Amino acid sequence: MSIDISQFHDVFFEESFEGLDAMESGLLNLDIGAADIDAINTIFRAAHSIKGGAGTFGFMAVSEFTHVMETMLDETRNGEREVTAELTNLFLESVDVLREMLTAVQQKTDTDDVRIGNVRNKLEAMMAGESIAVEAEPVAVETEIIEEPKYQGWKIQFTPHAHLLQTGNDPVRMLRELSSLGELSTKMNDSKLPPFSDLEPEDSYLSWDLTLLGDIPEEDVVEIFEWVDEDCDLVIEPLAVKQTTQVEEKVVELDKHEAPATKTVVEDITPAEQISAVVEEVEPEVVAAAIDKPAPKSKVAAAPAASSIRVGTDKVDSLINLVGELVITQSMLSQIGDNFTPNMLPELIDGLAQLERNSREMQEAIMRIRMLPISFAFNRFPRLVHDMTEKMGKKVELKLTGEQTELDKTVMEKIGDPLVHLVRNSLDHGLETPEVRLAAGKDETGLLQLKAFHQGGNIVIEIHDDGAGLNEDKILAKAIEKDLVDANDELSPEKIHDLIFLPGFSTAEYVTDVSGRGVGMDVVRKNITSLGGSVEVVSKRGQGSVFTIRLPLTLAIMDGQTIRVANENYIIPLISIIETLEVNSSDIKQVSGKGELYPLRDEYVPVIRMYDVFNLNPETTDLEEGLLVIVEGDGQKVGLFIDDLLGQQQVVIKSLETNYRKVLGVSGATILGDGTVALILDVPGLITLYREPSLALVVNNDRAA
Amino acid sequence: MSEQQVNEALDSITSVDENSEQYLTFLLGDEEYGVEILRVQEIKGWDQVTSIPNSPHYLCGVLNLRGTIVPIVDLRLRFDMPPKEYTPTTVVVVLKVEGATNRTVGIVVDGVSDAHNVIPEDIKPTPDFGSSVCTEFISGLVTLENDTMMMILNVDRLLSVEALG
Repeated sequence: MSIDISQFHDVFFEESFEGLDAMESGLLNLDIGAADIDAINTIFRAAHSIKGGAGTFGFMAVSEFTHVMETMLDETRNGEREVTAELTNLFLESVDVLREMLTAVQQKTDTDDVRIGNVRNKLEAMMAGESIAVEAEPVAVETEIIEEPKYQGWKIQFTPHAHLLQTGNDPVRMLRELSSLGELSTKMNDSKLPPFSDLEPEDSYLSWDLTLLGDIPEEDVVEIFEWVDEDCDLVIEPLAVKQTTQVEEKVVELDKHEAPATKTVVEDITPAEQISAVVEEVEPEVVAAAIDKPAPKSKVAAAPAASSIRVGTDKVDSLINLVGELVITQSMLSQIGDNFTPNMLPELIDGLAQLERNSREMQEAIMRIRMLPISFAFNRFPRLVHDMTEKMGKKVELKLTGEQTELDKTVMEKIGDPLVHLVRNSLDHGLETPEVRLAAGKDETGLLQLKAFHQGGNIVIEIHDDGAGLNEDKILAKAIEKDLVDANDELSPEKIHDLIFLPGFSTAEYVTDVSGRGVGMDVVRKNITSLGGSVEVVSKRGQGSVFTIRLPLTLAIMDGQTIRVANENYIIPLISIIETLEVNSSDIKQVSGKGELYPLRDEYVPVIRMYDVFNLNPETTDLEEGLLVIVEGDGQKVGLFIDDLLGQQQVVIKSLETNYRKVLGVSGATILGDGTVALILDVPGLITLYREPSLALVVNNDRAA
Repeated sequence: MSEQQVNEALDSITSVDENSEQYLTFLLGDEEYGVEILRVQEIKGWDQVTSIPNSPHYLCGVLNLRGTIVPIVDLRLRFDMPPKEYTPTTVVVVLKVEGATNRTVGIVVDGVSDAHNVIPEDIKPTPDFGSSVCTEFISGLVTLENDTMMMILNVDRLLSVEALG
């Protein structure tokens, strides 16, 4: 019988990452000096389950590393170790390392062994009672344990009963776990092994004499056998005398005609030693560099595991109720349909109205399943702020509100990076150092607030800081220098603030570790706009800035305006439409005989003739017979010339790429009430297509070639 | 039918099943084409499609197939044959295409004719016409019982993302 345990890997990784998140937030909330026992317990439990899981799946490096952490957490829990800032920081670093290791295992890539070894050494050093103030010279921290060990080791006689294997326990796994505690020598006794003909493959015939060296608490040893103490004879005795050298002579002895039910015992039981060996070979500078370097984000295009979400049972229950109602409505309608007479028309209309209500409610309930509280995106910020303020010598209090505000999972995944960027910006450019703040008559500690709330079908995320605010003079000077605005322009403060979202703009005078790495606010705006949202900033010199992000609740459904061009129906996202107008041909200005501009109040907007960019046969080319829809995309306004406006409706977005490919100027498709497909226009794509009509032809040329 | 006859009939069925593959054949003008029957998801009548801007002329458009958007290719136009008007009796064969991702694509054909068992050894290679006739989408030729020739289409190549333009 063999079970492919790799099928459980995804669950393990998911749970482990969740556990790591829990540990991280727990650690950040620990009060130095007087730690809450519950909080430590939570952290301990998370570490414990990761260790257990990793051991079961054979991710020994992870399990060993976690073990060291767990031991220290256990001491902290028992009050033997005090919670210091140093300890929390080390734990946080360990969480990073663990996350990295797990990611590496998940993606089957290599780990940064130096960093792992380093952090591990620090952990072990601290466990041995040393301070880790030796960061400058990390290699000097040897794994030597100076403290007099309480135990020399353990002598274990482990004789499984015949049915042990049938209980689902695997002696090999236990031996492997033991080997993770210390240096393990095994001696197997196969005297009970019957002749092959009498061998019962599901029975266990072997027993082991084990010697485990090291200062290991008895509980740890007992814990490994916790699940089998009913199913085996177990004798655990402390080793009386030091016998380090002689035990090494004992080799893992495995008999050749080993019982088929027992697998080969793993021989390389000391990867820890290899890791520390690696560390010793490395130059101190390299190691120091490796520490300073932030956790390297592996850019490997990992095959993402099928994503899953956890859904509260209440949400599922409400869905089931709604399905029940739907079934009732359906049976009512079919009853009406079976023997329909004209005088039943009111009933039919009632039934259809009910059906409509049911399906709308169901749609909402299903959307709710995809909704997650925004705390998933907010959770990373306490850590980010903690690390960054420490690095920059600032004092910042982070306040999160509205963490329970829910938004769609896909939106959540995509909003993470822009949010991080904005928070980093506020920390780096916005909030001042304590000295500057005191000099400005402000509280020494800066306040950074993240707020999330719903507002009219949108979710709004605000990032407040009470820092220096945007420096208009500097922004303007920079914009003029970069030729983004004309030096003679009179710009209102709001217009100046908006300049920071222009491509190629960065006020950071020097590139810091934190921001100014070339990823500008333009990328933030672009990402948010691509989600159908918007971002703006309000700032006051000396008082701080507020960045406001508005996002649609979901990406799967949007409000659309149906339009007609040359007998084809298209949908324009309502959010990108500014206005629709009838035009007089005389208003249109020609540019070099080809380009057309429409004067809209104080600006000229280019006119895109839809039939032109889509190569359709138009009903009319006369601008006066159609309509001009002014839309905005990528910060630019254009007028789309269309035949007619049809109606507004909510549309469910379907991907064209599932079965076809991306089409320039089209963001997706939807299915209309009559079952036909309508394409949803993508305004930025249309602008690109208008500017470079050849892009549309590339495909056809390829074919002709 | 005697027992022996039954057994012989059974034998012939099983012997066919063991190493033969089934092909669905359809007509384009007088030509008979075949696709692996396991690739056929469904056969449906012609329905109004929505055209895709700036797409190759042989891509009729996209269709709503129970909630998914499926592109429809007119095989006549694809093979540069004279077009034929779409009527409610025009047939769309919906195929499963394997590639980087598995996709569903429909093809418009004149009519579906039959299903045939073909033993792999009977498939003859496609002759090389040079540049005069494009045969890159035909993976082999088979002579059927009634002496007609069936061209086996390489669905994955014919309907790959690149080939759909």
